[in-house]
Amino acid sequence: MEMSNRMQNILIPIIAVLLGIIVGTILMIVTGYDAIAGFIALWNGAFGDVYFFGETVRQIIPYILAGLAVAFAFKTGLFNIGVEGQLIVGWLAAVWVGVAFELPKIIHLPLAVLAAALAGAIWAFIPGFLKAQYRVHEVIVTIMLNYTALHITNYIIRTKLSEGSDSSDPIAETASLRSPLLESLTDYSRMHWGIVIAIIAVIIMWFILEKTTRGFELKAVGLNQHASNYAGMNVKKNIILSMVISGVFAGLAGAMEGLGTFGYAAVKSGFTGVGFDGIAVALLGANSPIGIVLAAILFGSLKVGALNMPLEAGVPNELVDIIIALIVFFVASSYMIRLLIRKINKKGVK
Amino acid sequence: MEYVIEMLNIRKEFPGIVANNNITLQVKPGEIHALLGENGAGKSTLMNVLFGLYQPEKGEIKVRGNIEKITNPNVANELGIGMVHQHFMLVDKFTVTENIILGKEITSKGKIDLKEAEKVVSEISKKYGLSVDPKAKIADISVGMQQRVEILKTLYRGADILIFDEPTAVLTPQEIAELIQIMGKLIKEGKSIILITHKLKEIMEVCDRVTVIRKGEGIGTLNVSETNPDELASLMVGREVTFKTEKTEAKPKEASLEIQSLTVKDSRNIAVVDNLNLTVRKGEIVGIAGVDGNGQTELVEAIAGLRKVDKGSILLNNKEITKLNTRKVTESGIGHIPQDRHKHGLVLDFTIGENMVLQTYYQQPYSKTGLMNKKAIYDQANRLIEEYDVRTPSEYTPARALSGGNQQKAIIGREVDRNPDLLIASQPTRGLDVGAIEFIHRKLIDQRDQGKAVLLVSFEMDEIMNVSDRIAVIFEGKIIAMVDPKETTEQELGLLMAGSTKKKVGDGNV
Repeated sequence: MEMSNRMQNILIPIIAVLLGIIVGTILMIVTGYDAIAGFIALWNGAFGDVYFFGETVRQIIPYILAGLAVAFAFKTGLFNIGVEGQLIVGWLAAVWVGVAFELPKIIHLPLAVLAAALAGAIWAFIPGFLKAQYRVHEVIVTIMLNYTALHITNYIIRTKLSEGSDSSDPIAETASLRSPLLESLTDYSRMHWGIVIAIIAVIIMWFILEKTTRGFELKAVGLNQHASNYAGMNVKKNIILSMVISGVFAGLAGAMEGLGTFGYAAVKSGFTGVGFDGIAVALLGANSPIGIVLAAILFGSLKVGALNMPLEAGVPNELVDIIIALIVFFVASSYMIRLLIRKINKKGVK
Repeated sequence: MEYVIEMLNIRKEFPGIVANNNITLQVKPGEIHALLGENGAGKSTLMNVLFGLYQPEKGEIKVRGNIEKITNPNVANELGIGMVHQHFMLVDKFTVTENIILGKEITSKGKIDLKEAEKVVSEISKKYGLSVDPKAKIADISVGMQQRVEILKTLYRGADILIFDEPTAVLTPQEIAELIQIMGKLIKEGKSIILITHKLKEIMEVCDRVTVIRKGEGIGTLNVSETNPDELASLMVGREVTFKTEKTEAKPKEASLEIQSLTVKDSRNIAVVDNLNLTVRKGEIVGIAGVDGNGQTELVEAIAGLRKVDKGSILLNNKEITKLNTRKVTESGIGHIPQDRHKHGLVLDFTIGENMVLQTYYQQPYSKTGLMNKKAIYDQANRLIEEYDVRTPSEYTPARALSGGNQQKAIIGREVDRNPDLLIASQPTRGLDVGAIEFIHRKLIDQRDQGKAVLLVSFEMDEIMNVSDRIAVIFEGKIIAMVDPKETTEQELGLLMAGSTKKKVGDGNV
């Protein structure tokens, strides 16, 4: 009996995670660290008390949105490496609206969130348009636009949002996602209302792709442009739209940082990394909404938990980056795992 | 040694189905042995077992009398078994020689010795009468030539048992004739050939013996000299099959499709459709006969709104559709069975159900206020699956998992069910077996009988002769003759297709 494809698709990420942890463990042992103490510290750092739990959730929020952004483009046949840049412009736009206006919360907060979504959408429109109209590869354009986003936002923060300083003013309370309730519940972590937005976004992605006519078109164009063209779909329009929706999710991820976690925008010397981690999240989550949530939870917990490892077990937290890299490696080399599953299956039958 | 290959009581299962059940195939040295069966009967599975791609659950394989375990294609190669695949496995940007030696390169001092390789390739090609230019790039040579390269690849690797997987499906009539000669030459040089096919004519023409399989079961082996196409067809399908498509006299009415001085240019700015005139009336089937590459594809794409028209006009029921986009053309009443079902006809990773609404998904009842109505979609799919006899495990199966014949039936179901005023069928039976061909021809004629216009494009002479009410011969982008299938012969048609005899065309007829 051969295992069904669906089953394999679920099994592969799980095996990849296990393999990543095993190799990470071996690495800890070889380099002379106490692996068990390391993992206990990791767990405690992510879920050990309510404060850490709150911080973990905070980290998961942008991961979910960045993962959705990458996955949405993937599902429709595009590789959006520009989530990082779209996130950065989203962050800036949200903070700008948050600083510049004085409005009641019911208007101000949605406006700031929408500004972020719009900024991300515009930033993603550029590669989508170039791809649709001139067949310029989106990977190249999005990589370059990441740098453009980084430097333009830094410039704006220095010249428009502050007078030559490295950080904008804090956003108005009416534009903030922070929640005294959630903070007090989690021992004053930075957990904020963004988790609600992230979950809504997951549902929206699922809804668009699975339920709407538009999603049907987007998927068809992603899978076979020739057949879509034959069927009378507007291939160019759908490519652009797919990038724009992807950019909306990325922009929202930026809003989470700008309106939730930090409450301001600061000059960055380098990328936040969240957009790139989104690629890993989408890959591990097999581009499915539910998978992305699970992958974001895993990576979010690892990232936050890692901070506790040097303190509690003396293990350097970079080790977690290695484990994450290993997991991504094993998912990417899923062909290897498929082969492994097939071998095990064969033995099992005989 | 009585048999060079013996596959005894082979059984191969896949989840949910038995692809091969107790099939025996014995090939004598120096013969052309046909393996005959419908699409999905298990021919390819059986050959993949022989070629080492699948392991059988039961049965044994003997090569030259010795029991062998063929665990992968390399073992098959070592045993002298070579496969000429239906879908060529060639690197477009490499030359003929580079493709042939790929994986078994001739080297000197660690570098590939192309000179020596070219010499070896031309020697082999001379020996078997497979003339090719060893230095030509694959991308620049015809499909028939590419197939020769595939054959040379197996010979270069020392194969003396050659499996041909439906080799004529992609060839023009001339190329088929050449291939048949090549096969004869191979046999003379001591090779044995297994020919996978469902074309009875070919079997009668070139094969010595034939093994028939039906729905995974071995039906038996016959000497070709002692059988006839009718017997083979009924063995293969399991019932009587009629070859001559039954149809009544056409009763054409007013014009449906009118094409006036149509010119279509390709990317090199050459007029591939050149000032072409054509009329298809309601209630008739017009067949376009011609050698591949004479503008058929571009003509169809221009009508269907998939290609820009440079000059001229296309009218459907007196309405101009020349400049409409594909969707508008579809909505104006054109159904289109595309030439390449994998590239254009289906989204292979979509389910059969989703593919059934590929053009209509945005209309009621499949879509309401922008939301998909899955129930309506799959109800429709179920109805079409039933009505068009699409054999699929379920309406949720990805189109990729279906056999070619069933994929084609799904497309035909989808296109015909929209009840278009004009149905364009481009190579509708390419690669299909007689049962499916019969079914598809029947559907085309039914459309005609309901007063619809049908435009049939085909490279199969039989199909054009059998199904069309009028035949338009296309040559270098022009309709050079309009003939009545009842008054013409294959020879005459062949000459016209080659552009040699130009018959004067009356204006009112075209």
